[in-house]
Amino acid sequence: MHTLTVSELAAGLRARKFSSIDLTLHFLGRIERLGPELNAFVTVTADRALADARAADETLARGEGGPLTGVPVAHKDIFCTDGIRTTCSSRMLSSFIAPYDATVVARWRAAGTVLLGKTNMDEFAMGSSNETSFFGPVRNPWDPKRVPGGSSGGSAAAVAACIAPAATGTDTGGSIRQPAALTNLTGIKPTYGRVSRYGMIAFASSLDQAGVLARSAEDAALLLEAMSGFDPNDSTSVDRPVPNYAAELNQPLKGLRVGIIREFFGAGLDPAVENCVRAAIAQLQQEGAVIRDVSLPSLPLSVPTYYVVAPAECSSNLSRFDGVRFGHRCEQPKDLLDLYKRSRGEGFGAEVKRRIMTGTYVLSAGYYDAYYLQAQKCRALIAADFARAFAEVDVVLSPTAPTAAFELGAKTSDPIAMYLNDIYSIAANLAGLPGISIPCGFVDEGGKDLPVGLQLVGPHFGEARLLAVSHQYQQHTDWHERIAPGYA
Amino acid sequence: MIWETVIGLEIHAQLATRSKIFSGSATAYGAEPNTQANLVDLGYPGVLPVLNGEAVRMAIRFGVATGSKISRRSIFARKNYFYPDLPKGYQISQYERPVVEDGSLEIVLEDGTRKTIGITRAHLEEDAGKSLHEDFHGLSGIDLNRAGTPLLEIVSEPDMRSAREAIAYLKKIHTLVRYLEICDGNMQEGSFRCDANVSVRPVGQAGFGTRAEIKNVNSFRFVERAINYEVERQIDLLEGGGKVKQETRLYDADKGETRSMRSKEEANDYRYFPDPDLLPLVIDEATIEQVRATMPELPDEKAARLVRDHGLSEYDAGVLTASRELADYYETVVRGLGGQPKLAANWVMGDLAGALNKEALDIAQSRVSADALAGLLARIQDSTISGKIAKEVFEAMWSDGKGADEIIEAKGLRQITDTSAIESAIDDVMAKNPGQLADYRSGKDKLFGFFVGQVMKATGGKANPAQLNDLLKRKLSG
Amino acid sequence: MSLTRTQVEGIAHLARLEISEAQMPVYVDSLSRIIDFVEQLAAADTAGIEPMAHPLADQVQRLRPDAVSETDQRERFQQNAPSVAAGLYLVPKVIE
Repeated sequence: MHTLTVSELAAGLRARKFSSIDLTLHFLGRIERLGPELNAFVTVTADRALADARAADETLARGEGGPLTGVPVAHKDIFCTDGIRTTCSSRMLSSFIAPYDATVVARWRAAGTVLLGKTNMDEFAMGSSNETSFFGPVRNPWDPKRVPGGSSGGSAAAVAACIAPAATGTDTGGSIRQPAALTNLTGIKPTYGRVSRYGMIAFASSLDQAGVLARSAEDAALLLEAMSGFDPNDSTSVDRPVPNYAAELNQPLKGLRVGIIREFFGAGLDPAVENCVRAAIAQLQQEGAVIRDVSLPSLPLSVPTYYVVAPAECSSNLSRFDGVRFGHRCEQPKDLLDLYKRSRGEGFGAEVKRRIMTGTYVLSAGYYDAYYLQAQKCRALIAADFARAFAEVDVVLSPTAPTAAFELGAKTSDPIAMYLNDIYSIAANLAGLPGISIPCGFVDEGGKDLPVGLQLVGPHFGEARLLAVSHQYQQHTDWHERIAPGYA
Repeated sequence: MIWETVIGLEIHAQLATRSKIFSGSATAYGAEPNTQANLVDLGYPGVLPVLNGEAVRMAIRFGVATGSKISRRSIFARKNYFYPDLPKGYQISQYERPVVEDGSLEIVLEDGTRKTIGITRAHLEEDAGKSLHEDFHGLSGIDLNRAGTPLLEIVSEPDMRSAREAIAYLKKIHTLVRYLEICDGNMQEGSFRCDANVSVRPVGQAGFGTRAEIKNVNSFRFVERAINYEVERQIDLLEGGGKVKQETRLYDADKGETRSMRSKEEANDYRYFPDPDLLPLVIDEATIEQVRATMPELPDEKAARLVRDHGLSEYDAGVLTASRELADYYETVVRGLGGQPKLAANWVMGDLAGALNKEALDIAQSRVSADALAGLLARIQDSTISGKIAKEVFEAMWSDGKGADEIIEAKGLRQITDTSAIESAIDDVMAKNPGQLADYRSGKDKLFGFFVGQVMKATGGKANPAQLNDLLKRKLSG
Repeated sequence: MSLTRTQVEGIAHLARLEISEAQMPVYVDSLSRIIDFVEQLAAADTAGIEPMAHPLADQVQRLRPDAVSETDQRERFQQNAPSVAAGLYLVPKVIE
């Protein structure tokens, strides 16, 4: 049952092959058995899951409900869930009970999904390996010595290990796409503004976007549609109709203009990863896609630009955690300053503190123009490069990450090395563009097969095209169907 | 050395919206602590601001009224600092591109001179909560009901040269925002607050001296006192060879002095940057035109009309238009009377103002309505009662809440205009006072007043004064 | 080192973060490396480029109608608060 895709589960539920309660018990059992070794969940909501499942079964029994009714899912622990602990994998929020549902949570709930629990993540989504979590690192189902990627590492590991059929993620610089690539999943980050950010604990507000980690493009289409759409509670949410993504999956590849980003096939890219991506390009060409070389000369600026913009916004976003109204508060503060400094010093982990301080510095008097303003201008250059490219091609293609999953601890002492993991994914966030990562092969590392992902980025609101291209590719390949050994 | 004072004011006017600037919480004053603070106001994780359109329209009204430029595109920024009454650790404000820029206002000083004060900018921002310091065993309590209340911060040019000018400007803005119905102007409740930037320089010096910013002045009187205190402090300092420190100072109304604010001593680095949760505020021409079309008559226009059409002095017109409610009251009286603007003005500024002052009431709380006052003045106009009797009737109206006619009838105050009745009263008085009569007739003119008094006493004050004068003169001269 | 220890202490204070004596050198080192890394932006030719604060350039701020939509939920919201009394959030004395 657990290896079925969401579309298959939905069909099975409708055909009464199994009930939502059956499914939910099955997945809760797997979470209990397999969850701890992966450390994928921060909170398992068994009671809530069973209540949701019961309600879903009643809906289905009445012949009602939609394509997601009764399907169990998991939420990244960055989304507020009413009455349920919402931690952002931080000590700061380790006992925080959100008093409201994020819009994404409410929408998936309204669609009839069953909430299995909240998944582990990098603390406040700051990381690319899921090693910064207060609740410990998440392990990659393909090799437990390795990271699942981050920051949506718990969601990725849970879906890759088939202990949840699908999960939400958030992506500020690659946090959906990079873990999807490292765990053999399909992960989509939609256009900025497509999905409401309300109730999603902010890391960098102008870059954050919610999305989906799933086992196929078809699943991603169903799940993305259910979470998308205008939300009056988010000023940056875009009021624009949501397409029926599932209905548009069958657009043919023939004639599709695919731009290969020259700048993303250079130094730093693991040759074995490159081979997989090149093979996928050949496959697309064989199916009728027109392959073109495109150059986006400002892309090398994207990582340094991101590491000014994102910390700047985070330094301000995380000021609300001050030990006064919610969150961790130090023992016996001797005065107000002590309350602030110790509550925040104790509540935040090292990487979060590092980013807050970076952001504080780049915004401070005398440095704002040189760093923050300059970064915003570089951001404009990057966006302009994409706009030029999309005048010539329909989508641009690159590897999702420069290497396959690396070992735990390999990069924790060098922040720059860690930051460069997102070298290919960050630009889409800076330009607000939709991006998807899909499985495109495996590399052998020490006798283990490690998945490789390729990334497609489209113009604003081009999600339907990205999903269709991915789906067509998945019709001709079976990389995405492979499940980590021991979890099938 | 002769010193010149330079003052600029930053006025915070709470906008009179029903809900907060970025959330749907109520803004009503005086609620139980933290009962009007929702997730957005509390800065809860994950919540986002959405801008109140009415706050924007109110800012535009102010801009139009002050001849300012309304920015077609303005930006919300975050001002970052930690303070317990600031839930998010930043205040959403406008920094580089405010919604209103470059306006001005004309003030009239007591000697009648006019002066134009520049308005640098007015921007939208959110208010902070309040810290309460009493009764918590050495702790402070935080109430966030006020957090997120919309503010219009109105920043003047450093154009004022005395505390009086500053007060005239402050009062003018106070009048204006109430005319525009964008702020209730209540200084006690903190919905109209003022910070003063004060510096001094030797007369003739072009550059400005170092300024101090005085905070927490919550009445016109205190603003004047605080500025005057601060000017003297700075002059003493400079004349004693010292230097003025650029700092924030708090006005202590009990001691009547300003003192350095410890909490603000540390140099702040607010790290302003555009708020990524809010998009650029774009205001189109149509919106501005719509606001323009619904603008009320402004105080200056109204005063000019009262001078022109009612024949009032500029001073009287200024007093009567100081608040929209007072002007409305006055105009209702004139309408009720069908004219007689000077009579109406004298009464509104005289007996009515006196009665209100005595009980510290607003015009809106007046015990005598404008229509009732018009009813009283109509009786003066048709000679039913004299002006003097009218004062008595007014007092009765004020205390009993009854109409003028009812009181005149009940107390029999109707004026005696019957010549024979007055003549017989005069005859009586003359008969009873032969000695005074003889003295008068032998040249003691001053006794005329005595006879007027006696006749008035005899008629209960109801004799028509003009008639009495004529008749008495004739009779006394024999 | 592009940042001095004094600078990092200043930043930590501005950000209200307590950094232990032992950890301070680690932050001085890593923050310096990050700042050195982002320094490369200075070389980019951005003359005449309008800074980009938002990913969607054509979007403008939407306005909300002025309506009260909230009811009092103080008790619920204060369940997450570390210290409250009489409906107020308590903090060490605020000195003005």
